[in-house]
Order: sequence, then structure tokens, then C-alpha cells
Amino acid sequence: MVKKLLKSDDFKLKNCINYLAVTVALVVCIFMKSQGKLPNSYANLLVQIGYSIILAVSLNLVVGFLGELSLGHAGFMCVGAYMGTFISIQLSEVIDSKIVCLLISMLCGGLMAAFFGFLVGLPALRLKGDYLAIVTLAFGEIVRNIFKNLPWFGKAMGLTTSAVRFTKKDIPLFIIVFIMVLVTLFLVQNLVRSKHGRAITAIRDNEIAAKAMGINVTFYKLFVFVFAAFFAGVAGVFYGHYTTPVMYTFFSYNYSIEILVMVVLGGMGSINGSIIAATLITVINFKLQDALSGDLAALKYLIYALILIGIVLFNNAPKFRPYKERFAPKALIKKLTEKNRKPSDIMSDEADWNKIPTKIKMDEVLTVDVQDKLSAAQKAAKEEE
Amino acid sequence: MSDVVLRTEDLGITFGGLKAVQSVNLEIRKKQLYGLVGPNGAGKTTVFNLLTGVYQPTTGTFYLDGEELKGKTQEAINHKGIARTFQNIRLYNNMSVIRNVMVGLHNQPEFRCNPFTSILRLPGHYKAEEAMRARAKEILRIFGLEEERNNLACNLPYGKQRKLEIARALATNPKLLLLDEPAAGMNPHETEDLMHIVRRIRDEFDLTILLIEHDMKFVSGLCDEITVLNFGTVLTQGETSEALNNPEVIKAYLGE
Repeated sequence: MVKKLLKSDDFKLKNCINYLAVTVALVVCIFMKSQGKLPNSYANLLVQIGYSIILAVSLNLVVGFLGELSLGHAGFMCVGAYMGTFISIQLSEVIDSKIVCLLISMLCGGLMAAFFGFLVGLPALRLKGDYLAIVTLAFGEIVRNIFKNLPWFGKAMGLTTSAVRFTKKDIPLFIIVFIMVLVTLFLVQNLVRSKHGRAITAIRDNEIAAKAMGINVTFYKLFVFVFAAFFAGVAGVFYGHYTTPVMYTFFSYNYSIEILVMVVLGGMGSINGSIIAATLITVINFKLQDALSGDLAALKYLIYALILIGIVLFNNAPKFRPYKERFAPKALIKKLTEKNRKPSDIMSDEADWNKIPTKIKMDEVLTVDVQDKLSAAQKAAKEEE
Repeated sequence: MSDVVLRTEDLGITFGGLKAVQSVNLEIRKKQLYGLVGPNGAGKTTVFNLLTGVYQPTTGTFYLDGEELKGKTQEAINHKGIARTFQNIRLYNNMSVIRNVMVGLHNQPEFRCNPFTSILRLPGHYKAEEAMRARAKEILRIFGLEEERNNLACNLPYGKQRKLEIARALATNPKLLLLDEPAAGMNPHETEDLMHIVRRIRDEFDLTILLIEHDMKFVSGLCDEITVLNFGTVLTQGETSEALNNPEVIKAYLGE
């Protein structure tokens, strides 16, 4: 049984590499912290990275795997942040341990966000594409304005969380956040790599065919929506325990877009991509905020935009393809292993036309002539259809 | 008759003022291979869409094994036992061949496991997953696609994509299988092969098959009975060779 388990897809290296990477990062950071070499600002950055990853991965589930555009993720985070932290503050009067408070409020905040996800999703998921985006966007704005006006949450002053905030005396918050990142990854990946994940991607790829296969489309859409909202709520609770006060202004439309940018940049439907992009964007934001102060602060958004455009171009523009291929990890590994191969091996599986000295430039002939003819033939075939 | 699997009574639908399909009465017996033919735009695919719940009929109703299915959703109709393929192939292109079939197996009671079992990776998940994989392989073997099970569906040649679609529909364990132009785009050799497969799955799975096809050789070689539609109405019904030689049918296809 155990042997079979080890052989299953779950234990293949490419499927657990993200757990390994996060764990290694966490261990390194803990080590640095224990040596006193991790400045406080970096510990804060780690918390930000942690909850950004949770947000990006959970939104990726909705946008990348289910294929529905949701712009209300900051709204769910807002519910989690206000409700969870509020509960935590109430609990802190009874329970001494901050960690226990955090864990209970994490669950409560997540469940509250999930409940809101259910309420919004039930009517909204009948809509498609842009309409769903508009409804979720409206939800996000409504929710934060409700919290702004409720007397228990400090109104426009924000919810003061100093009672539960993690300080230097407590264990560093980033450790708990990163453990939760691992849990999130575990749960989300398990969902994606199961029959239910297949059903979800089937809905994304072809809803009509999915219905004809008897897949309960409404159930799965709602399930994914609620599931993602739960994690957004959890991320919100972390935010609430890390900053004070919890301000309604933070959860604006812009923040929803920022999470969406992480998902799109990392690649829709790629969990590892979301992790990398969330880390990258949070670090860029942090560095820019650090470097630019005073009048220059406005430049932050300009530079941020330029970097984003650069990354998107690098990922998609055909001109960059050769560079990308040369520096992609796969190509590098191939290069390293190729050195040890005999020339005869290389000749047998991939004749390298560039290296054969002839007067005709083989690659030109191959690329220009054949490709033109191929594409012409394909076009003709398409027209015939 | 008790062995009637599908019965439609006065089935019809109008889109605005257009009567797309009018008073179609079908009676398909168990294990029958039944053909639905007619010129382009005759309403054949619309009949399929009515039978699978994509459209709701404006007149009439239909019964599967004596149970009225009118007004049910597409999912519910599939659960009751009608599966279909599509005229323009609708595979999950970014999934491997075997996963396409596993999506078809999704609702089978023997592979049931709730989302939380999967999310927490309880033993039930591995059991269901393994059983599904084995079953999917079996189905693919019938269609000769076992070797290609790990390829992406979009990389298969056209004929094999059609076969895969049938395999996927078959995975939902239907009583009645609706095939929408299964031989379209196939070469004569592949068509021949497909005829064998259709007969084989009918016998192995106790299936009743209703198919739309333009290839008359395919129809006359396979179907015992056909219905000819023209402009949404039934032109003639009956034994294949008789119906195809009906002068009205020839007129509808070839003009006067």
C-alpha cells in the first residue's frame, strides 16, 4: 500500500517541488532569525509575501482553474481581516496565548469569508465573464464600506489591533504564515489533482461538454468560489494580526487587481507561477517603497508598471523567445548533460544542422521555405473546412 | 412494447417564428442502431439538443425507459442515461487522452468520493483514482487509443479525436448513446473501423445508439431503421434501404 502511495503522482518531484521550496525558504529564514541576522523589516516582508501567496494561489483556483474572472478577492480578505481580528481581540481577553487566538480567529475569519463567498456566489455564478467580474467588484466595494460604517470596527479610524498584534516578544508571525502557506498549497493542489480538479478544468475548457458528461457545473463553481474565499479570509486574518489599524482603504479595488496581476503574471492555472509572482511583486513593492520617499513616492507606480510591462513582454513577445529558451531551466540542464554525451549520440537523435559545414545555409532553407509552405498548406486546409 | 428505450411524442421546438423541429415521433428499441438523416439544416442536431436538455421542447415530450425526461437539466439527463458526442468536436484539448475519459467517469457510483476526501487525501481518494484509471484504460483499449493515453487530446489526429469523444461519452455509462456525425472527416478505412467499433460497443455495453450521419454507406451498413428529416419535419421513417429509396428522400437530397 505504502509503495503504491509513493508511486502515485503526489510524490513525484515536480509535484512537490513547491512544498520543498517553501519549506527550505522557511527553514533558512528561521535559522537567520535565530542568528539575529534577519532585520525586522524583512520579517515583515516575509509575512506580506506569505499572505500574498495564499491570496494568489486561491485566486488562481477561481481565475486559472475554473476560468471565472473574480475581482472581489480583496473583499473576502476584508471580511476575514475585520471579522477574524475582531474575534481574536475578543478572545484575547479570555485566552492568554496569542497563537491560539490567531488559530481560532483564522478558522473563524476563513469561515466567515467562505460564507460571504457562498452568499455572493449563489446568484453571481449564474453570470459569465465580464458580468461576474462587475458583480464581484461591486461586492468588494460594498463590503469594505459596510465595515467602514459599522461602529464595532472603529469606523473610519480602522480597527485597532494592538491587543493581538505579534510583537518582538512573540514567536515571529512569518513562521505561522508560512506553515499556513504550506497547508494552503497542500489543500489547493490536492483539489486540483483529483477527479474534482479534473471536473473543474473540464468546466473551464468546455462547459457544454462538461454538462453533457453529467458534471454538476453549479456545484463545482460554487465550491471553488467558496473554497477560494476561505483562503482569502485566512490571509485577511494574518493581515489583521500583522498591521494596525486594519483600514478599509487597504482592501480597495486596486488590491484585487494586484492579486489578479500576480495570478496572470505567474500564469493562469500554474500554482508554482502564482507563488513566484506573488513573491516577486511583493518584493518589488517593498523595495520601491523603501527606495522612494517624499516626492519621489509617486514614481513607485510608474516603475512598478514598467517592470510589469517588461515581464509580460519578456514572457510573450516572440523576439525574446530565443533568450528565454537559452536561459530556461530545462535548457540549462540539457546543456549540462549534453557535455557528457558522445557526439554520435547527438547526431543520432537530433542532427544539428547549424554545425554541418555546407555552402547552403541549412537553417535558412528549412525555416523559410518549409515553414512558408507548411503554413500555406495549413491555411488552405482551414479555408476548406 | 416494453423494450422501447427512447420514445418521443410530437417533439418540437420553435425559435421565435421558426419551427426548427416539428412533431418528431421516434420509437427506438433496446440495442437498436437507429439513424437520423436529412439534408443540412433539417434539424437533426436540434433533435439531439432537445434529447439532451440543451433546449427545452416547446411541444411534445420524450421518455427514456418509460420515464419522462422533458424539463430536466443536461446533467440530470446524463445521469438518467443519455450521453452524446458533438458535431464539432468538444474534447478537453488541454487534458491527456486518459483524463478526458476519466472526466466521463466522474459520476459513476463506484468511483464516488467527496471533495473533502480528495482534498485531505484520505485513502478513498487513491482507491477511486486508481479504479478510474483502470476503467478508463479498458475503455480506451476498445477504441485502440490505449497507446496514446498520455498524449494531449488536441494532438490526436481528427479520426482519433472523434473516437475519443465516443469513448468519453461511453464512460458515463449510458443506456442511449447519441452520436452526431461520428464518421465526419474520416477516411474510408477509418469509417470501416468505426462501424466495427460501434457494433462492438453496442453488444458489449447493451447500448442503444441513435446516430446522425451524412455518409449513406455508413448509415445503410449500420442502421436497421432510420428517420429522414427535412425542414424540421419527418419525411419518412422505416427500414433503412426502403427509406433511402423513397423518392421523396431522393428529392430532398438531390433536388428535382
